[in-house]
Amino acid sequence: MNSTILQMQDIAKTFPGVKALQDVNLSVERGEIHAICGENGAGKSTLMKVLSGVYPHGSYEGRILFEGEEMKFSSIKDSERQGIVIIHQELALVPYLSIAENLFLGNERQAAGFIEWNRTNQDAAGLLKRVGLDENPVEPVGSLGVGKQQLVEIAKALSKDVRLLILDEPTAALNDADSEHLLNLLRELRKEGMTCIIISHKLGEIEDIADRTTIIRDGQTVETIDMSEPGSTQDRIIRGMVGRDLSHRYPERTPEIGDVVFEIRDWTVHHPTQAGRVVVDHADLDVRAGEIVGIAGLMGAGRTELAMSVFGHSYGRGITGEVRMDGKAVDTSTVDKAIKAGIAYVSEDRKHYGLNLIEDIRVNTSAAGLDKISRGGFVNGNEEIRIAEDYRRSMNIKAPTVMSVTGNLSGGNQQKVVLGKWLHTAPELLILDEPTRGIDVGAKYEIYTIINRLAEAGKAVLVISSELPELLGICDRIYTLAYGRLTGQLPRAEANQERLMELMTIEKEAVR
Amino acid sequence: MTVASDLKDLFTKNLRTSGIYIAFALIIVLFTVLTDGLLLSPINITNIVLQYSYVLILALGMIMVIVAGHIDLSVGSLVAFTGAVSAVLVIQQDLPWWVGILAALGMGILCGAWQGFWVAYVGIPAFIVTLAGMLLFRGLTYLTLGNISLSPFPAEYQRVAGGFLNGLLGGYGYDLFTLIIGVFAICGFAWSQWRSRRARVRYEQQVESLGLFATKLVLVAAVVLWFFWQLAHSRGMPIVLIILAVLIITYHVVTTRTVFGRHIYAIGGNLAAARLSGVNVKKVNFWIFINMGLLAGIAGAVFSSRSNGAQPGAGNMFELDAIAACFIGGASTTGGVGRVTGAIVGGLVMAVMSNGMQLMGVDQSTQQIVKGLVLLLAVAFDIYNKRRAGSAR
Repeated sequence: MNSTILQMQDIAKTFPGVKALQDVNLSVERGEIHAICGENGAGKSTLMKVLSGVYPHGSYEGRILFEGEEMKFSSIKDSERQGIVIIHQELALVPYLSIAENLFLGNERQAAGFIEWNRTNQDAAGLLKRVGLDENPVEPVGSLGVGKQQLVEIAKALSKDVRLLILDEPTAALNDADSEHLLNLLRELRKEGMTCIIISHKLGEIEDIADRTTIIRDGQTVETIDMSEPGSTQDRIIRGMVGRDLSHRYPERTPEIGDVVFEIRDWTVHHPTQAGRVVVDHADLDVRAGEIVGIAGLMGAGRTELAMSVFGHSYGRGITGEVRMDGKAVDTSTVDKAIKAGIAYVSEDRKHYGLNLIEDIRVNTSAAGLDKISRGGFVNGNEEIRIAEDYRRSMNIKAPTVMSVTGNLSGGNQQKVVLGKWLHTAPELLILDEPTRGIDVGAKYEIYTIINRLAEAGKAVLVISSELPELLGICDRIYTLAYGRLTGQLPRAEANQERLMELMTIEKEAVR
Repeated sequence: MTVASDLKDLFTKNLRTSGIYIAFALIIVLFTVLTDGLLLSPINITNIVLQYSYVLILALGMIMVIVAGHIDLSVGSLVAFTGAVSAVLVIQQDLPWWVGILAALGMGILCGAWQGFWVAYVGIPAFIVTLAGMLLFRGLTYLTLGNISLSPFPAEYQRVAGGFLNGLLGGYGYDLFTLIIGVFAICGFAWSQWRSRRARVRYEQQVESLGLFATKLVLVAAVVLWFFWQLAHSRGMPIVLIILAVLIITYHVVTTRTVFGRHIYAIGGNLAAARLSGVNVKKVNFWIFINMGLLAGIAGAVFSSRSNGAQPGAGNMFELDAIAACFIGGASTTGGVGRVTGAIVGGLVMAVMSNGMQLMGVDQSTQQIVKGLVLLLAVAFDIYNKRRAGSAR
């Protein structure tokens, strides 16, 4: 039998206007743990969706060979039938059903349409033993911790006669003990001959467990590193992940930096539902007038949570600490108060948090600053049109009139409408969360130009981004965030991707 | 722009909003033919206004509830309850008629605040809160009335929904006062339309061609004038029509021109975005239900006046008439979309259909079936339209 279990050849996947994957080649040996690394948005998840049939055959280019045969999956069911099982970052368990019911969901132990409960629970107990989970299979899944739920997911995969197990960020939400347990389980499974693909940001973990590592950058496979060779360290992986040149993708700007406009001191935020979990841990941060400051951090580091908790306590509970504008402490406990204090927050998810997609540009532009164009509770409709029209022209929003429905605009133009909406509130500080996510290169440049213009006008700008080149391209200073803690700050001149990545991946113990 | 291309735009792009007007016109024509013109006789038109005013009043509140993404199942019971409170005060306690009216409104506001509290501040879905309210207010109605009907109201109270303003300027076989009110209404409409058109031109906004603008005005003027002409030849100006007109104009302005109105649409369109734009969602939801309670109180007063008493079973199914009016009038089931004018026309569609079928002697069971099907078709049309708009992107 061939020792290569999976080969993906010349995979390319295009979304309207975006090349998500191009010339991707991946080859996985039988019985190995193969890690896939790359920055956020590099294309790892897209590649796994191609492999598991979420994107059906025909919607991508290239070939998938599994066990030497070409596969043409049209759905997840197809790939699972072949023994390819993917466990997503967000667990797909039903909290109110029992462990046993979850294990066989969609794959019930049944006779003529009736569930065989004894067989269900017996089989479940066997699977739980295999993953080293000492729980009663009739307990509801919701009563387990996240780490144990992850193990239930793996048990569920094992129940399907899995031949290739794919884990997407399996330890992202786990504590150290649970992570260690999970990695040990993977080692056990490897001994039994199981093949695993693991996607992870935790490079230490990869160094520990992976046999080989494939690096993806900008939708292309860069290289595959044999981890047993000397020199295959975390630094080696980081170099592979970030090595690209930065010329001419960012507009020029000469910063003129003034006094401190915005400060947070000792800012701590707790998880809204999981009591005791600290999401932002005693953060201190400041932004000056005319300065563009970045926050770099991996997914789950608490970037958005930090921003939203400052903006009207829109995230989290048990929030403590102080927000200061121009040196004076301000109350930002509601969105309304935060806006009045001069803060604007442009969300990372414009469709869910930024725009009313069924309404036109005019209504969306005025939505956060209606009090500026109304008197006695009455909106001055004509003034509203004039203002929306001004923003449409100055930001070059491509739509015939401000009466165009925002749901029909492209991502870049939608983002400009959201920016217009917040500029209309005349903020002193703009927090831009992933301002260019899902936007094509040309529109990105325009957004950067707008951001520069804001800084030139003396505004303080705080940019959160997963794309390190973007932060290096536009920011004057960059903070790094890891596990809810600010782990460092680098001025532009001293910052580079390697140093940022080091600070962003400082392990939890080191942060504490 | 030419008249022809404007017309084409009107029919294709705005099918969702203009479709209801076309359907309304067709239904009128249909029932006029089926009833040999009886539908449009002066006496019947007066009757439609008197008989269905409560649905329109309720629809005004309901459209705001629905646009914000809620529903209110309790308004039928609340109409009965507020009417009962008023009847007890006026008929049993011999208090003046206006005390009864004010008590109905006050009780409506109170009940609205009760429901608004649970929806907005406790976070229980409006469906549950108002389902509970439906039972609660019905029970309170029985309790208030002691399980018996109360009647009759004094003459002044009856005038609220059954009275007319006529003969103020003399009658000449027709009521001059009513006609003059009609002319004023037309002038007012034309003036406001012209003003907003001029403003839009000044702000360099696209406007329809002058030809279409004038045609629209003339058409509306003709319909309104004809309507008042018919009223003038019957019994004159119904007082309840004046109440209705004031309410319609008020709520049209509230929904289209005020910050509060904007916030309602923002909440219904994208709750998360509204919250992050600084909209005080709880407060807005609270006031939407208080307003619904107030309008249910007004409808309760009008209905008790019209039926000249209070019955324990009054207002049964009114909530469904009001909800149907909104959806037939183009409101979206997922919130964020809907207009006061649409809800009013939707209510009129229901009214004309019921009235027309009654004139034809169609029995109650068939009427229910037809109304049910019309509601279903209207929402199916809405969903079809949405899908069409979605695929055109």
